[in-house]
Amino acid sequence: MKKERIAKSTKSTWITLGIVVVAYVIMQTLAETGVLSSLVKGLLVPLCTYAIMAVSLNLTVGILGELSLGHAGFMCVGAFASAFFSVCMKESLPAGPRFFLALLIGILAAALSGFLIGIPVLRLKGDYLAIVTLAFGEIIKNLVNVLYVGRDENGFHFSIKDVLSLGMGKEGKVLINGAQGITGTPKDSNFTIAAILLFLTLIIVLNLVNSRSGRAIMAIRDNRIAAESIGINITRYKLLAFSISAGLAGMAGVLYAHNLSTLAAQPKNFGYNMSIMILVYVVLGGIGNIRVSMIAAVILTLLPELLRELQDYRMLIYSIVLIVMMLFNWSPKAKEWREKYSLKRFLGKKAAKEEA
Amino acid sequence: MKKLVSLLLVLSMLSALLIGCGSTSADNNGAEAGTDSAAVEDTAAETDGTTEGEGFRVGGIGPLTGGAAVYGIAVKNGAQMAVDEINAAGGVNGVPLVFSFEDDEHDPEKAVNAYNTLKDWDMQLLMGTVTSTPCLAVAEETMNDNMYMLTPSGTAVECVQYDNAFRVCFSDPNQGAKSAEYIGTNKIATKVAVIYDSSDVYSSGIYTEFANSAAEYGIEIVAAEAFTSDNKTDFRIQLQKAKDGGAELVFLPIYYQEAALILSQANSMGFAPIFFGCDGLDGILSVEDFDAALAEGVMLLTPLVADENDKTKAFVAAYEAAYGETPIQFAANAYDAMYIIKAALEQSGAAADMSAEEICDLMKAAMLEITVDGITGEMTWTEDGEVNKEPKAVKIVDGAYTAM
Amino acid sequence: MSSFFTFLINGISLGSIYAIIALGYTMVYGIAKMLNFAHGDVIMVGSYMVFLSMGSLGLPPVLAVLLAVVVCTVLGITIEKIAYKPLRKASPLAVLITAIGVSYFLQNAALLFFGANTKMFTSVISLPAISLAEGQINITGETQVTIIVCIIIMIGLSLFIKKTKAGQAMLAVSEDKGAAELMGVNVNGTISLTFAIGSALAAVAGVLLCSTYPTLNPYTGSMPGIKAFTAAVFGGIGSIPGAFVGGILLGIIENLSKAYISSQLSDAIVFSVLIIVLLVKPTGILGTKISEKV
Repeated sequence: MKKERIAKSTKSTWITLGIVVVAYVIMQTLAETGVLSSLVKGLLVPLCTYAIMAVSLNLTVGILGELSLGHAGFMCVGAFASAFFSVCMKESLPAGPRFFLALLIGILAAALSGFLIGIPVLRLKGDYLAIVTLAFGEIIKNLVNVLYVGRDENGFHFSIKDVLSLGMGKEGKVLINGAQGITGTPKDSNFTIAAILLFLTLIIVLNLVNSRSGRAIMAIRDNRIAAESIGINITRYKLLAFSISAGLAGMAGVLYAHNLSTLAAQPKNFGYNMSIMILVYVVLGGIGNIRVSMIAAVILTLLPELLRELQDYRMLIYSIVLIVMMLFNWSPKAKEWREKYSLKRFLGKKAAKEEA
Repeated sequence: MKKLVSLLLVLSMLSALLIGCGSTSADNNGAEAGTDSAAVEDTAAETDGTTEGEGFRVGGIGPLTGGAAVYGIAVKNGAQMAVDEINAAGGVNGVPLVFSFEDDEHDPEKAVNAYNTLKDWDMQLLMGTVTSTPCLAVAEETMNDNMYMLTPSGTAVECVQYDNAFRVCFSDPNQGAKSAEYIGTNKIATKVAVIYDSSDVYSSGIYTEFANSAAEYGIEIVAAEAFTSDNKTDFRIQLQKAKDGGAELVFLPIYYQEAALILSQANSMGFAPIFFGCDGLDGILSVEDFDAALAEGVMLLTPLVADENDKTKAFVAAYEAAYGETPIQFAANAYDAMYIIKAALEQSGAAADMSAEEICDLMKAAMLEITVDGITGEMTWTEDGEVNKEPKAVKIVDGAYTAM
Repeated sequence: MSSFFTFLINGISLGSIYAIIALGYTMVYGIAKMLNFAHGDVIMVGSYMVFLSMGSLGLPPVLAVLLAVVVCTVLGITIEKIAYKPLRKASPLAVLITAIGVSYFLQNAALLFFGANTKMFTSVISLPAISLAEGQINITGETQVTIIVCIIIMIGLSLFIKKTKAGQAMLAVSEDKGAAELMGVNVNGTISLTFAIGSALAAVAGVLLCSTYPTLNPYTGSMPGIKAFTAAVFGGIGSIPGAFVGGILLGIIENLSKAYISSQLSDAIVFSVLIIVLLVKPTGILGTKISEKV
């Protein structure tokens, strides 16, 4: 992966960006002409959301080389920060600027939390780092779940106990209602916005990877001591990558929050389950391989929906497919088999060496 | 690139599997969307299962997998039973109901996916969703589409905030206030402890309203102890605090699974206050291997009293025969929901070939006119989508629910 | 004061269960260098086995527990053979993801087999409760047995590793797989043995968990699994005494913070303590220092 990176990087970047553009144009045309089913139409924004998550986590796991199990926590921060802003400003701002500001707020809040969490966490290594990120993810979810915020004529009220202890006036409105979260977020995101954000994410990450900073970050991943010895500031670059990754996850959170009218931090959407699910996209797609992790995210988000027809057996089959896919993609035997019978051999192209 | 190829391989394997399962053909291949929509059409063709043919297409949404699956499955079963009965008795003015139920995993995003799947199936009426948080997300969609929506068990106030949405169950504030009123006016206790699930919308909603109206009825809350869905196995601490606070009554606005644990843990601690709960407690006696003696004297407000009259008895018996377990109130609400849809359809004069919007407009008016005498009581609806029915207070005596 | 002791003892009992589960995590990690996320679900399977064999087959508790241990052991070995072994030379992350797949599989299979309904678990323990301080403090039979079983397992396992050949082989494999193989250690067999022991312990933990907190559903194992994993890291993953210390401490912290700070925030508090401990001691309380190779 390392040796041809620079020579091939430009071409590879263009291919990745091209895929997004082509996919967008195709889907948008199909949607306009009414060929698409409601299900697929409804899935377009979530697909982009999870693709962004996959790309952003790949920055941490693949490029920086640190295992994070709390990525959904940053998504949660971005989602809640932006949804809170949007709900507050629902009446006073038109949709366009409101969403733009909400987006900025979501990204900044998530990046900031990534930065703050990164300072202590990035000193740890390997699985210890993984468990601490998992812990942070759970803490964020837990805190959001006990947060009550209301607004009345006297301004904002906060509580971490219940609605009653907000002590609001008669006209007061509860904005964040603990476990029920935020309801009534305006539905400001759409497929075009989502596709643009995914495109931006790719540009940011791919540019970072091919830049001087990116090479420094990968040098740290490959050999920390060697990188340090040639004068790379380890902490700085680690924090840089981690904060960007968190900020992008926050962006996905903004999309998520503005696609559904209700936002609650459940184990399912912002708990470790989700963090792990995103990790699945990254690992299945190939650690460090931005493009394929994006595609893996799309496939794995579609898969449970396509399996709906299996009714009760849906999630069981899904888990089996997941295991089989992992074995197929990663086991040395399957690799040999694939090399023997790969499509590439028939096409006569040289197999690209991609595994880290 | 190799990974990409292998991923695509797996995907094609999968779609082959899908098309293999669904016997209907998928002939519009081509772009990546082609396979998707083809698979979706397959789904649509398959899901209605036994009830093929024309009729009113009623969709249902609820969790069939995940931690809340027990509620979704109950709703699915109860509704299916009602549909079968209605169809056997000649349907709605001779037109059968066609019912399809989709899994939402108790997740708002998945619920919207399920809703869209049902729309692709040409759903005309929605009976759902089962749980509150997904219900809020789906309510927004149905409002945009002007799709009639009747939630059997979505208790949060905002579930029915739009004029196309109605509900069968009580709302959270309603139950909280009614509980406080019942405890206060019947002078059951003055010192009350509450143990509630702060991560659950239903539970914290009831608690909030209960606490709001407690003072009005002379109730002193001596301990309000929360737990979360990640932490719902050990209640000894909450019970200890209730005991230390001198509570005469412990109010449990929670579901029966946790309540069963609370009862057995309270018993092992030697703490025996009066336990009082809401409709979530219904079902506690049917928990497998639960020692019913522990629930002796527990009071609850519930929509369904199993042996209240012939209708409820028949429902319980039929449900047990069909699914091999005692129905919980979710099943009862769903069962009623289908009869409500039937009654409203008959009132509105809607026809099966109308679009969902047309039916919805007719149903909005019809819902305010009908009175349905269901197994959960006699119900009418107000313009805000709320149901008017009286909760029944029952007490568990000798291992059975007895009306008070 | 009496309630403090009650909270403390309950915490130790909860911690003992975490410790037994954590042992499974730690042993597997030490040898296969993988986080076996399916471990929590093996607990659930074990509990269902006891539930079914006591309920439907009418077996006495001891036999039921034995049966569960056997089933879980077989299950553990099978999972290892099918899902993990093919990936032994792949990245540890790949195995982690496969483990998650196995975890989903077990949960959903249980959902189909046993239904979504929560079952009340009849305690397998019929010891009377001990009353201390004039009935102020009540120690239930479950609590006593849990703590005792945990101590026995700890001692037994330590002796097994120190004194037996198989135990020494496990140590050798965890230190250096390649070198162990050269010395004639059956690496595959040792790894299978580790999974077997870990899964057997999971069955025991499941029985104790469900006896103390008598409900059972397909998702029973997942949260204790994650907590126990935390406990294993807390104590220093790979270290057997570490799992014990980590488990007990985690149980106590969780219970006391629930009692005295906030029952809603207890998880956040537990995880915060974990983070603080790891920042001070980056490899856990009893973890060995990782030496950096240049």
